[in-house]
Amino acid sequence: MKKNDVQHAVEQFLYQQADLLDSKQWQDYVDLFAADGVYWVPADPAHTTWDGMPAIFAEDKNLMTVRMKRVLHPDAWSQRPAWGTNHVVSNVRIDKVAKNGDVQARSRFHMMELRRDDVRHFAGSYTHHLKKTRDGYRIKLQRVDMTNAQAAYDYVLQVWV
Amino acid sequence: MLQERIADLSKYVEPDRVRREVYVDPGIFELEMQRIHERYWIYCGHESQVPKPGDYYTVQIGRQPMLMVRGKDRKVHVLYNRCPHRGNMMCGDRNGNTGEFFRCSYHAWTFHHDGRLRTIPMMESGYSGTRFGPDNPDCSMKKAARVESYRGFVFASLAEDGPTLLEFLGEAKIAFDDMCDRAPEGEVEIVPNCFRVIQRSNWKIFLENQLDALHPSVTHQSTGRAAHEVEKEIAKKAKKGEAPLSYHMLSAFATVTIDKWDAFQTLNYPYGHCILTGYMGLRPQDPDTLAYDKVMIKAYGKKRFEEIVGVNIHHVLLYPGLSVQSPLQQLRAVRPLGVDRTLTEIWHFRLKGAPEAIYRRSLAYYNLVNSPATLVNADDLENFYKCQQGLASQGGDWVTFGRHFGRDSEKPGVVETRPNMGTSEAPMRNQMKAWAQYMGNGR
Repeated sequence: MKKNDVQHAVEQFLYQQADLLDSKQWQDYVDLFAADGVYWVPADPAHTTWDGMPAIFAEDKNLMTVRMKRVLHPDAWSQRPAWGTNHVVSNVRIDKVAKNGDVQARSRFHMMELRRDDVRHFAGSYTHHLKKTRDGYRIKLQRVDMTNAQAAYDYVLQVWV
Repeated sequence: MLQERIADLSKYVEPDRVRREVYVDPGIFELEMQRIHERYWIYCGHESQVPKPGDYYTVQIGRQPMLMVRGKDRKVHVLYNRCPHRGNMMCGDRNGNTGEFFRCSYHAWTFHHDGRLRTIPMMESGYSGTRFGPDNPDCSMKKAARVESYRGFVFASLAEDGPTLLEFLGEAKIAFDDMCDRAPEGEVEIVPNCFRVIQRSNWKIFLENQLDALHPSVTHQSTGRAAHEVEKEIAKKAKKGEAPLSYHMLSAFATVTIDKWDAFQTLNYPYGHCILTGYMGLRPQDPDTLAYDKVMIKAYGKKRFEEIVGVNIHHVLLYPGLSVQSPLQQLRAVRPLGVDRTLTEIWHFRLKGAPEAIYRRSLAYYNLVNSPATLVNADDLENFYKCQQGLASQGGDWVTFGRHFGRDSEKPGVVETRPNMGTSEAPMRNQMKAWAQYMGNGR
């Protein structure tokens, strides 16, 4: 794949991922992860591994499935109030392309969330380790560095950012 | 207005119910800060948070911004985060190292780690003949009236008089004994991360929830069921047939059904402290636990080891601001921000000398239950918010704590729930009884 093609393909993948979150297609979102994929939001931007560290999220596909099933359960009380998000992903840079087509990419995001009548804004950076498969990219690692990682959270995060 | 309300406070608390204003009246909140949080022992932090001289952490006690700092004398001091000159906050960051001394960013007054005035620029020419200078205590940073620590956990009281820390903690000091005794070296150390989550509710609502044994299977059913389904799937696929213990911690919310919660017990002590006995069954026979048992037996001997791991506690609530889960080495400190806003600061500790796997087990709980992306507390905080909203309405005057009222077993210094009455609202009654005493009633 040519350099510009990789850039385009990764951008399209990130847009698709954001779209799945904003449209609450949780299973499709989880399916974007490789079998051994990990979704990680470090507690501290200085952390270099999720393994054995305090983390806001550190989820393999099994734990992602727990989160999805919880959110979809009719008695997930905190899911009752109407809510929605809007992600914007930008500043996409390709850091590395391996011979087999695997990619490491960085980007920036902004997420606005509405819950009841309250608006919250979250921003930060994504680091994606993507595995190239016949069905397109699959996520080996998604690292999400929240700008407010160390700040107090007014209420909590219920699904992936 | 406020004075009238204070005079009337005795009418706000009855043995089995409390008036709603206690949760929503800003005047009562101010009075609570004066009479409870700024008078009794409040948790500041753990000594291992400030290992080196000059290390400090800011901490809120009631409405007072304070500093916990390690001195060159190795002692931990607690000071008001305020320069005595013009009132400038001394440390503007949440934590850090202040070096050999504190230095005010406004006019360069400097202070020793224990708060004593060290230098003022051109002190002699500027202040000779005035009443200000090193001999005037008002020119030093003000110290918390009393500071004590128990097994590394530092508390401060902003009042000169009152019970000592140990008198205040009483039987509830087991929170720290149980946590530290589980370490082969008899000590814990901080895991350097604090999860901070704001609840849109009064501080007492959180405390009352901590020992509420009726709510988990209702509030947390969605998470319990989801975790149980995945736990079964993992067990089916795995060769050894077991999911990690963290799944069990979550699925217990669903597998321990509402009728089973009565099997546990609460113990209720003076000053509003309470204990909920354990339910998660954290003594499995997996290789990690067995390796840990071996290290513990070597450190303590078989008999003492059995005593230590036999302590059966889920939560210890230390009124008015600390919830400790000793078997999982974590705690939540409560910092009231306003009548309807409360900050929780959530910390995890490492058992010194214990195998890494034991740290990782409790870390999983810390991340899954206590992080800002909690799979559990999202539903609690939603309840707390809705309580706060409902209590602001005039749809009723009272909050009731009547479950199993009159059936508790009262012994000297402790109120125990009777067998098969674990869902008794005794802990809430105990907390509000203490609250009324703190606030000046029933003394």
